[in-house]
Amino acid sequence: MTFRVGDRVRVSDRAHEGHHRTPGYLKGRSGRVERVHGGFTNPETRAYAGDGLPERTLYQVLFGRDELWPGAADRTYVDVYEHWLEAV
Amino acid sequence: MSGHDHDHDHDHDHPHESIAGDESPIATRARALEELLVEKGVVQREDVRRNVDWLVSRSPADGARLVARAWVDPDFKERLLADARAAALELGLDPGPSPVVVAVENTERVHHMVVCTLCSCYPRALLGPPPDWYKSLPYRSRAVSDPRGVLEEFGVELDDGVELRVLDSTADIRYLVLPRRPPETDGFGEDELAALVTRDSMIGVAQPA
Repeated sequence: MTFRVGDRVRVSDRAHEGHHRTPGYLKGRSGRVERVHGGFTNPETRAYAGDGLPERTLYQVLFGRDELWPGAADRTYVDVYEHWLEAV
Repeated sequence: MSGHDHDHDHDHDHPHESIAGDESPIATRARALEELLVEKGVVQREDVRRNVDWLVSRSPADGARLVARAWVDPDFKERLLADARAAALELGLDPGPSPVVVAVENTERVHHMVVCTLCSCYPRALLGPPPDWYKSLPYRSRAVSDPRGVLEEFGVELDDGVELRVLDSTADIRYLVLPRRPPETDGFGEDELAALVTRDSMIGVAQPA
Protein backbone atom coordinates (compact mmCIF):
# COMPACT_ATOMS: atom_id res chain seq x y z
CA MET A 1 0.00 0.00 0.00
CA THR A 2 1.41 3.36 -0.89
CA PHE A 3 0.02 6.68 0.21
CA ARG A 4 0.25 10.26 -0.94
CA VAL A 5 0.42 13.53 0.95
CA GLY A 6 -3.06 14.36 2.21
CA ASP A 7 -4.29 10.76 2.39
CA ARG A 8 -6.22 9.77 5.51
CA VAL A 9 -4.65 6.78 7.22
CA ARG A 10 -5.12 4.74 10.36
CA VAL A 11 -2.32 3.14 12.34
CA SER A 12 -2.80 -0.59 12.56
CA ASP A 13 -4.01 -1.72 16.00
CA ARG A 14 -2.13 -5.01 15.87
CA ALA A 15 0.29 -6.25 18.48
CA HIS A 16 3.85 -7.03 17.49
CA GLU A 17 6.27 -9.27 19.32
CA GLY A 18 9.74 -7.81 19.29
CA HIS A 19 11.32 -4.55 18.22
CA HIS A 20 9.19 -2.14 16.25
CA ARG A 21 9.03 1.63 15.86
CA THR A 22 5.29 2.26 16.04
CA PRO A 23 4.43 3.86 19.39
CA GLY A 24 1.60 2.20 21.30
CA TYR A 25 -0.26 5.48 21.76
CA LEU A 26 -0.86 5.69 18.02
CA LYS A 27 -2.27 2.24 17.44
CA GLY A 28 -5.79 2.46 16.08
CA ARG A 29 -5.49 6.26 15.69
CA SER A 30 -6.21 8.10 12.46
CA GLY A 31 -4.21 10.84 10.86
CA ARG A 32 -3.16 12.41 7.59
CA VAL A 33 -0.03 11.88 5.55
CA GLU A 34 2.08 15.05 5.70
CA ARG A 35 5.37 13.97 4.12
CA VAL A 36 6.71 10.98 2.26
CA HIS A 37 10.24 10.54 3.59
CA GLY A 38 11.16 7.75 1.17
CA GLY A 39 12.25 4.14 1.48
CA PHE A 40 14.13 2.89 4.53
CA THR A 41 15.28 -0.48 5.73
CA ASN A 42 12.86 -2.17 8.11
CA PRO A 43 13.99 -1.81 11.74
CA GLU A 44 11.92 -4.84 12.73
CA THR A 45 14.31 -7.18 10.97
CA ARG A 46 17.41 -4.98 11.12
CA ALA A 47 17.19 -5.15 14.92
CA TYR A 48 17.84 -8.89 14.70
CA ALA A 49 20.84 -8.74 12.37
CA GLY A 50 18.65 -8.91 9.27
CA ASP A 51 19.26 -6.77 6.22
CA GLY A 52 16.00 -4.82 6.67
CA LEU A 53 14.96 -5.56 3.11
CA PRO A 54 12.64 -4.97 1.42
CA GLU A 55 12.74 -1.27 2.22
CA ARG A 56 9.55 0.23 3.60
CA THR A 57 8.27 3.66 2.75
CA LEU A 58 8.36 5.97 5.77
CA TYR A 59 5.64 8.58 6.15
CA GLN A 60 5.27 11.53 8.43
CA VAL A 61 1.70 11.37 9.70
CA LEU A 62 -0.17 14.23 11.37
CA PHE A 63 -2.49 13.46 14.31
CA GLY A 64 -4.89 16.02 15.72
CA ARG A 65 -5.50 16.50 19.41
CA ASP A 66 -8.90 14.81 19.23
CA GLU A 67 -7.20 11.56 18.17
CA LEU A 68 -4.82 11.58 21.14
CA TRP A 69 -5.37 13.36 24.47
CA PRO A 70 -7.16 16.57 25.52
CA GLY A 71 -3.76 18.00 26.50
CA ALA A 72 -1.95 16.92 23.33
CA ALA A 73 -0.42 19.42 20.94
CA ASP A 74 -2.55 20.99 18.24
CA ARG A 75 -0.61 18.82 15.85
CA THR A 76 1.48 15.76 16.64
CA TYR A 77 3.68 14.51 13.81
CA VAL A 78 5.01 10.98 13.90
CA ASP A 79 7.05 8.96 11.41
CA VAL A 80 5.33 5.65 10.63
CA TYR A 81 6.36 2.88 8.22
CA GLU A 82 3.89 1.95 5.52
CA HIS A 83 3.21 -1.57 6.77
CA TRP A 84 1.72 -0.03 9.92
CA LEU A 85 -0.70 2.18 7.99
CA GLU A 86 -4.14 1.34 6.66
CA ALA A 87 -6.23 3.36 4.26
CA VAL A 88 -9.23 5.02 5.91
CA MET B 1 26.73 -1.27 47.62
CA SER B 2 28.89 0.46 45.12
CA GLY B 3 29.84 -1.04 41.81
CA HIS B 4 31.13 -4.48 41.14
CA ASP B 5 31.98 -6.97 43.90
CA HIS B 6 35.42 -8.21 43.05
CA ASP B 7 35.49 -10.80 45.82
CA HIS B 8 33.14 -13.18 44.05
CA ASP B 9 34.35 -16.31 42.29
CA HIS B 10 35.12 -15.72 38.66
CA ASP B 11 33.58 -18.44 36.57
CA HIS B 12 33.89 -16.51 33.31
CA ASP B 13 37.04 -15.86 31.36
CA HIS B 14 36.52 -12.46 29.74
CA PRO B 15 38.77 -9.67 30.88
CA HIS B 16 37.58 -7.11 33.34
CA GLU B 17 38.61 -3.76 32.02
CA SER B 18 36.82 -1.34 34.25
CA ILE B 19 39.18 1.57 34.56
CA ALA B 20 36.95 3.55 36.88
CA GLY B 21 36.44 0.47 39.02
CA ASP B 22 33.12 1.74 40.23
CA GLU B 23 30.75 1.83 37.29
CA SER B 24 26.98 1.90 37.10
CA PRO B 25 25.03 -1.27 36.27
CA ILE B 26 24.17 0.11 32.82
CA ALA B 27 27.86 0.77 32.11
CA THR B 28 28.67 -2.76 33.22
CA ARG B 29 26.04 -4.09 30.86
CA ALA B 30 27.34 -1.97 27.97
CA ARG B 31 30.87 -3.17 28.66
CA ALA B 32 29.73 -6.80 28.70
CA LEU B 33 27.92 -6.31 25.38
CA GLU B 34 30.98 -4.72 23.87
CA GLU B 35 33.14 -7.62 25.05
CA LEU B 36 30.80 -10.12 23.44
CA LEU B 37 30.52 -8.21 20.16
CA VAL B 38 34.30 -7.88 19.92
CA GLU B 39 34.79 -11.53 20.87
CA LYS B 40 32.34 -12.64 18.18
CA GLY B 41 33.95 -10.38 15.61
CA VAL B 42 30.81 -8.27 15.05
CA VAL B 43 32.64 -5.03 15.83
CA GLN B 44 36.24 -3.98 16.31
CA ARG B 45 37.16 -2.30 19.55
CA GLU B 46 38.70 0.53 17.53
CA ASP B 47 35.33 1.16 15.81
CA VAL B 48 33.61 1.47 19.17
CA ARG B 49 36.22 3.90 20.43
CA ARG B 50 36.07 5.98 17.24
CA ASN B 51 32.27 6.20 17.35
CA VAL B 52 32.22 7.17 21.01
CA ASP B 53 34.87 9.81 20.32
CA TRP B 54 32.77 11.17 17.46
CA LEU B 55 29.61 11.26 19.58
CA VAL B 56 31.14 13.15 22.47
CA SER B 57 32.98 15.54 20.13
CA ARG B 58 29.70 16.88 18.73
CA SER B 59 28.16 19.96 20.31
CA PRO B 60 25.20 22.31 19.92
CA ALA B 61 27.61 24.88 18.48
CA ASP B 62 27.15 23.30 15.06
CA GLY B 63 23.37 23.53 15.20
CA ALA B 64 23.72 27.11 16.41
CA ARG B 65 25.78 27.99 13.34
CA LEU B 66 22.98 26.70 11.11
CA VAL B 67 20.42 28.75 13.01
CA ALA B 68 22.48 31.93 13.00
CA ARG B 69 23.12 31.67 9.26
CA ALA B 70 19.40 31.11 8.66
CA TRP B 71 18.59 34.23 10.70
CA VAL B 72 20.86 36.45 8.59
CA ASP B 73 20.39 34.82 5.18
CA PRO B 74 16.80 34.18 4.02
CA ASP B 75 17.95 32.17 1.02
CA PHE B 76 19.98 29.90 3.29
CA LYS B 77 16.95 29.55 5.56
CA GLU B 78 14.90 28.30 2.63
CA ARG B 79 17.57 25.76 1.80
CA LEU B 80 17.80 24.70 5.46
CA LEU B 81 14.05 24.13 5.67
CA ALA B 82 14.06 22.27 2.36
CA ASP B 83 17.00 19.97 3.21
CA ALA B 84 18.82 20.46 6.50
CA ARG B 85 21.37 17.79 5.68
CA ALA B 86 22.46 19.60 2.54
CA ALA B 87 22.46 22.93 4.40
CA ALA B 88 24.77 21.52 7.07
CA LEU B 89 27.15 20.20 4.44
CA GLU B 90 27.08 23.61 2.78
CA LEU B 91 28.47 25.13 6.01
CA GLY B 92 31.06 22.39 6.26
CA LEU B 93 29.24 20.72 9.15
CA ASP B 94 28.83 16.97 9.63
CA PRO B 95 25.08 16.18 9.51
CA GLY B 96 25.68 12.66 10.83
CA PRO B 97 24.57 9.27 9.57
CA SER B 98 20.84 9.97 9.37
CA PRO B 99 19.82 10.05 5.73
CA VAL B 100 17.27 12.81 6.34
CA VAL B 101 17.50 15.77 8.69
CA VAL B 102 14.44 18.01 8.83
CA ALA B 103 14.51 21.56 10.20
CA VAL B 104 11.22 23.13 11.29
CA GLU B 105 10.76 26.85 11.85
CA ASN B 106 9.24 28.46 14.91
CA THR B 107 7.34 31.64 14.11
CA GLU B 108 4.95 34.03 15.84
CA ARG B 109 2.17 31.62 15.00
CA VAL B 110 3.71 28.15 15.24
CA HIS B 111 5.90 26.53 17.90
CA HIS B 112 7.58 23.16 17.36
CA MET B 113 9.12 20.85 19.93
CA VAL B 114 10.84 17.50 19.41
CA VAL B 115 10.67 14.24 21.34
CA CYS B 116 11.48 10.60 20.76
CA THR B 117 8.80 8.73 22.70
CA LEU B 118 10.39 5.35 21.98
CA CYS B 119 13.97 6.03 23.02
CA SER B 120 16.31 8.97 22.46
CA CYS B 121 16.51 9.71 18.72
CA TYR B 122 18.14 13.11 18.43
CA PRO B 123 20.21 15.03 15.88
CA ARG B 124 23.41 14.17 17.74
CA ALA B 125 25.68 15.22 14.88
CA LEU B 126 24.41 18.80 15.09
CA LEU B 127 23.48 19.07 18.79
CA GLY B 128 25.83 16.68 20.56
CA PRO B 129 24.65 14.07 23.06
CA PRO B 130 21.04 14.59 24.22
CA PRO B 131 20.45 15.92 27.74
CA ASP B 132 19.40 13.35 30.34
CA TRP B 133 15.90 14.77 30.62
CA TYR B 134 15.35 14.21 26.89
CA LYS B 135 15.85 10.48 27.51
CA SER B 136 13.70 10.38 30.64
CA LEU B 137 10.30 8.69 30.72
CA PRO B 138 8.50 11.78 32.05
CA TYR B 139 9.66 13.95 29.13
CA ARG B 140 9.09 11.23 26.56
CA SER B 141 5.52 10.62 27.70
CA ARG B 142 4.47 14.13 28.65
CA ALA B 143 5.87 15.76 25.51
CA VAL B 144 3.01 14.11 23.63
CA SER B 145 0.33 13.94 26.34
CA ASP B 146 0.89 17.33 28.02
CA PRO B 147 3.33 19.37 25.93
CA ARG B 148 2.06 22.77 27.13
CA GLY B 149 2.63 21.68 30.71
CA VAL B 150 6.16 20.60 29.79
CA LEU B 151 6.86 23.92 28.08
CA GLU B 152 5.62 25.82 31.14
CA GLU B 153 8.06 23.90 33.29
CA PHE B 154 10.84 24.90 30.91
CA GLY B 155 9.68 28.50 31.25
CA VAL B 156 8.17 28.81 27.78
CA GLU B 157 4.79 30.50 27.71
CA LEU B 158 3.17 30.43 24.34
CA ASP B 159 0.99 33.37 23.39
CA ASP B 160 -2.68 32.67 22.84
CA GLY B 161 -3.34 31.47 19.37
CA VAL B 162 0.11 29.98 18.82
CA GLU B 163 -0.23 26.56 17.28
CA LEU B 164 1.82 23.92 19.11
CA ARG B 165 3.33 21.15 17.02
CA VAL B 166 5.13 18.16 18.52
CA LEU B 167 7.42 16.01 16.39
CA ASP B 168 7.90 12.43 17.61
CA SER B 169 11.04 11.14 15.89
CA THR B 170 10.32 7.44 15.87
CA ALA B 171 12.43 6.39 12.91
CA ASP B 172 15.32 7.41 10.65
CA ILE B 173 14.52 11.11 10.46
CA ARG B 174 16.18 13.64 12.77
CA TYR B 175 14.44 16.91 13.60
CA LEU B 176 16.00 20.26 14.43
CA VAL B 177 14.02 23.32 15.52
CA LEU B 178 14.90 26.67 13.98
CA PRO B 179 13.96 28.98 16.88
CA ARG B 180 12.72 32.54 16.53
CA ARG B 181 15.35 35.23 16.35
CA PRO B 182 15.30 37.25 19.58
CA PRO B 183 14.10 40.84 19.35
CA GLU B 184 16.59 43.70 19.39
CA THR B 185 19.33 41.73 17.68
CA ASP B 186 19.40 43.83 14.50
CA GLY B 187 22.96 44.43 13.51
CA PHE B 188 24.26 41.41 15.43
CA GLY B 189 26.90 39.46 13.53
CA GLU B 190 26.50 35.78 12.81
CA ASP B 191 28.85 34.76 15.63
CA GLU B 192 27.03 36.96 18.14
CA LEU B 193 23.73 35.44 17.06
CA ALA B 194 25.08 31.88 17.24
CA ALA B 195 26.10 32.54 20.85
CA LEU B 196 22.42 33.18 21.68
CA VAL B 197 21.24 29.85 20.28
CA THR B 198 20.90 27.28 23.05
CA ARG B 199 20.64 23.53 22.72
CA ASP B 200 17.20 23.56 24.33
CA SER B 201 15.93 26.14 21.85
CA MET B 202 16.82 23.75 19.02
CA ILE B 203 14.80 21.02 20.74
CA GLY B 204 11.95 23.49 21.05
CA VAL B 205 11.73 23.76 24.85
CA ALA B 206 13.30 27.21 25.12
CA GLN B 207 13.41 30.54 23.32
CA PRO B 208 16.75 32.21 22.66
CA ALA B 209 16.88 35.53 24.48
